[in-house]
Amino acid sequence: MHKIAYFIEKHKYFLLFILLEVIAIGLTIQSHNYHKSQFINTANSLTGNLLTKSNTFFEFINLKAENLRLAKENANLRTALHIKNNESTFIISDSSAIINSFIPAKIIQNNYTKRNNILTINKGSLDGIVIDMGVVNSNGIIGVVNQVSDNFATVLSVLNEKSKVNAKLKKNNYFGTLTWDGINYKTSQLLDIQRQANISVGDTIVTGGKSILFPENINIGIITSFDASIKNYTNIEVEFFTDMSNIGYIYAIYNLDREEILELQNND
Amino acid sequence: MTRETIIIAFRFIFLVLVQTLILNNIYFFDYINPNLYILFIFLYPLGVKRTNFLIVSFLLGLSIDLFSNSGGINAAATVAIAYLRLPILKLLINSQDVDLKLFKLHKESFFRVLTYISILTFTHHFVLIGLEYSSIKEIGAILHKTITTSLFTIFLCTLSIYLFSKNKTTNF
Repeated sequence: MHKIAYFIEKHKYFLLFILLEVIAIGLTIQSHNYHKSQFINTANSLTGNLLTKSNTFFEFINLKAENLRLAKENANLRTALHIKNNESTFIISDSSAIINSFIPAKIIQNNYTKRNNILTINKGSLDGIVIDMGVVNSNGIIGVVNQVSDNFATVLSVLNEKSKVNAKLKKNNYFGTLTWDGINYKTSQLLDIQRQANISVGDTIVTGGKSILFPENINIGIITSFDASIKNYTNIEVEFFTDMSNIGYIYAIYNLDREEILELQNND
Repeated sequence: MTRETIIIAFRFIFLVLVQTLILNNIYFFDYINPNLYILFIFLYPLGVKRTNFLIVSFLLGLSIDLFSNSGGINAAATVAIAYLRLPILKLLINSQDVDLKLFKLHKESFFRVLTYISILTFTHHFVLIGLEYSSIKEIGAILHKTITTSLFTIFLCTLSIYLFSKNKTTNF
């Protein structure tokens, strides 16, 4: 017993070093667990408020591009509305026909250069944000809500090792999984596409409706290159429509049927 | 509270805020995000108890992690260089010649300061980026990112040391 006390006393500096490293690496491993509650994240009021303040300074750099994107989105929506008004005279009044509700929010911290990128948005559970909501802007998908506090939330970006989005070819509905290899923030990789799919460069990739995270047919990107062998396709590179280095206002999507779907899945 | 403690506390807060609110929004060549905050480790006085220094370093790294959703990678890397700082300094300067308690970074020769900063920065960035990728398959990407990011960090740190400590009456 005396020897142990002596040992600790003699090596206390080294032992403290080991202890601190173990805590730090423990926190790192814990942060790799998708959805497990983490102690160290930006969805708390202290960091959230500071990031909001710093964002107001940096916001104006992207303002021009952001305004242009919003104007374009408005134009597209107006066109769609115009077509709709002309082709049908009745308006859907049944509220059950609406399956997705959109909550607008702003990115207050954007990352795109790390291996695992996580974004912070300025809306939280008080605004109706819950874990596992899909996050998009008018150009395409951005990520999935990961952690939520009262006023802020973190979003697992598509530029993350853990991000796996169900995607499909727009032209023929073959499904695949979208992942990111960490090299270039402009492109991601599409896996598990069947050989029969007959893909070509320039094909549009959209979200498949297989998960409740994203509704069907939300834009992702276009195929820029791929290798084909007799058995399968490899190295399918997909260029995002969204410029991940320049995102400001986003929408979090809430699937109104979500609870029902989850309940059914849990019953199985 | 001595004057020294107040300056250190102020530097801690200042570097955390500069790193998280300004530098984390700046990317050179689209992917290089320098970590100026480790300047705190370089400038921390040598005379202070080493266990306190280790704990303060851990808190510094953890504060950066708190702002960047990165688990504990900054804390791990910062504690590593805090632990290695003294052995490396002893190698670089002949400890018989100099009393470590009176050691002042900006009074040393430029070459020595640069070597000291470079070794610690490379170590820090290697641990940081290695833990971030945490995959041996991506060692190429890890090394590439470590080297490029380190160059920018070393440049910024050296610049800051000579800009902010030369004309000052304070000793650090």
